[in-house]
Amino acid sequence: MSRSAPALDIDAILDDDNTRIIVCCGSGGVGKTTTAAALGLRAAERGRSAVVLTVDPAKRLAQSMGLTELDNTPRRVTDVNGAGGELHAMMLDMKRTFDEIIEAHADPERAQQILTNPFYQSLSSSFSGTQEYMAMEKLGQLRRSGDWDLIVVDTPPSRSALDFLDAPERLGRFLDGRLIRILTAPAKVGGRSAFKVLNAGFGIVAGMLTKVLGAQVLKDIQMFVSALDAVFGGFRQRADQTYRLLQAPGTAFLVVAAPERDAMREASYFVERLAEERMPLAGVVVNRVHLSRAQGLSAARSSAAAEDLEAKGEHELTAAVLRLHAARMQLAAREQREQEHFTSAHPTVPMAQVPAMPEDVHDLAGLRQIGQLLAS
Amino acid sequence: MGSLRNVGAETARDIDWDGVRLHVVSGKGGTGKTTVAAALALALAAGGRKVLLMEVEGRQGIAQIFDLPPLPYEERKIAVAPGGGDVYALALDPEEALLEYLEMFYGIKRMGKALTKMGVVDFATTIAPGLRDVLVTGKASEAVRRRDKSGDRVYDAIVMDAPPTGRIARFLNVTQEVAGLARVGPVRNHADMVRGVVASPDTAVHFVTLLEEMPVQETLDGIAELRTAKLPVGGIFINMVRPVVLPGPVLDAAYHNRFDHSELMLGLKAAGLADGKADASKVAEALAQEVSEHARRTELEKRERLSLEAAGVPCYDLPLLPDGADLAGLYELAEAIRKQGAA
Repeated sequence: MSRSAPALDIDAILDDDNTRIIVCCGSGGVGKTTTAAALGLRAAERGRSAVVLTVDPAKRLAQSMGLTELDNTPRRVTDVNGAGGELHAMMLDMKRTFDEIIEAHADPERAQQILTNPFYQSLSSSFSGTQEYMAMEKLGQLRRSGDWDLIVVDTPPSRSALDFLDAPERLGRFLDGRLIRILTAPAKVGGRSAFKVLNAGFGIVAGMLTKVLGAQVLKDIQMFVSALDAVFGGFRQRADQTYRLLQAPGTAFLVVAAPERDAMREASYFVERLAEERMPLAGVVVNRVHLSRAQGLSAARSSAAAEDLEAKGEHELTAAVLRLHAARMQLAAREQREQEHFTSAHPTVPMAQVPAMPEDVHDLAGLRQIGQLLAS
Repeated sequence: MGSLRNVGAETARDIDWDGVRLHVVSGKGGTGKTTVAAALALALAAGGRKVLLMEVEGRQGIAQIFDLPPLPYEERKIAVAPGGGDVYALALDPEEALLEYLEMFYGIKRMGKALTKMGVVDFATTIAPGLRDVLVTGKASEAVRRRDKSGDRVYDAIVMDAPPTGRIARFLNVTQEVAGLARVGPVRNHADMVRGVVASPDTAVHFVTLLEEMPVQETLDGIAELRTAKLPVGGIFINMVRPVVLPGPVLDAAYHNRFDHSELMLGLKAAGLADGKADASKVAEALAQEVSEHARRTELEKRERLSLEAAGVPCYDLPLLPDGADLAGLYELAEAIRKQGAA
């Protein structure tokens, strides 16, 4: 290896009692959720009391942990080996979590007003940032509960990297913005024709909104926003708290990637963004790496030998096996290049590799094996 | 079509998606959705047609694949297809799309700056549920219907690099999405227009998958959701398919741990790849392990392929590109798409 990254010592992170939160982030399809589950299991089997919070509704993952379903409540995973540790797992239900916040922060009448508002219902179940926001909210809740000494969380497969860091800010920016003041103005001055009291600029905007969105929509939004505004102080404060929690030394970010160009490029971007936000990066996990135990037999030599055998018309089987090996070595070389590319840009970032498995993970034994590979 | 250099090749072609003008390409993360969308655009443009490739998630994936600087919010030519034909690209930005929409329908683009400052644009494109998707799908629908001054269609086809499989049905089901918010009014009318395009035979929603359990499951779930929402399901593009290099009986034996090392050892010696007996057996063992993994993988792929075929839509194989999806690879994929009649 021409450029080799420092090794990522997973067990040191898991065994350190000061590690309280592990965040697995990365682009979609790189195995974040499986990595999070494998880390949780390994931590539990090394004596930690761990909970895995996933946002991915993967039925298979639930099954692999022996759970019939994952929901918004942490469920105990049985058959965890080792003494003292335990593992719980849960899946984020963003609507439920959002509802709970409203219920906790608004008086019953106001809560009811918000919960039944069509605008809220759409926002809580389909706004692309809601999932990120609620994942952070849930993380904060789990942390404050003090029931676990380690929380492993994976992040939503966002359309852009690190939406989970940006979404709360975006929601906050919107709710603090001038638009809110326009929209909430009628409520504040007590009802009808309230736009009249505003200056002309506001009037034009309001008029235009009515034109574009329709009066009913505008009314719904106004109701919703003024109700939400009243409870948002708490929101914002807690979003800030969670954000600071993520920056604290007890948090370890793991960027999960696959040895492909796009995924490694995303990983680079994640690493840079985390540095910008001063989030503590522990390292990068590269999943599904193709390795060979016959490293010494290069792709070129293997293909040449196969060609040779084929030309002679001998040892058909061996020739085919050599072709297979050559393809694998070629893939391994490409994957190696992608990783070196990353390492040359980020030479100090520790890295762990998990070899590609011929089959998917189905049970705790599979997760345990991934945990071992992560730590070796 | 039917030009001299290409006699018969174009006229005799039987294409599965004849008449489809909006190709929506979805897929789970990591399956190569953007690559396949780009290759499909090239394949559709081949032989002198004009195709617009759109991306909607602001990731600048098209620029990366075609090795270009980031694309602006503007339709520009980015590639020439085999046999002549142009691929145009558009990186769709919901905020720009909103301003354009406002101008088109209300003539108030100059208000844009003020709106942006007041947070209206931010609100409309990020907070207002469904509005963002309506704007994006609306832009695609507009491109599908667009005609030039002489009344001809501007594009022969639109290919959209769409959101991932988990979100695709909701993304396209725009009327449903804005229903709670806009029961009547201009947004609702716009959504209905979009619905008229995306739910019609003009549209096909394709899925990109790998022969792995999770992407296959998500594809099947996505197809079921589209069917429930009465949206037109297209084909399945099975990406990164590895060639079969070993004969069936060998794979079968390896799968059941009955692979014969001794023959392999002899072959390695004959090929001059083993210096001594110990070395030969070491290499043979390592290679046998690779054969066994390959056999298990092949078995799994076979199972997954059967599940995909049960969905009852056309499946197309796209080969794993040994050097990754570079520009040359894109053309190779486009060729594979055309050969199998997907374009």
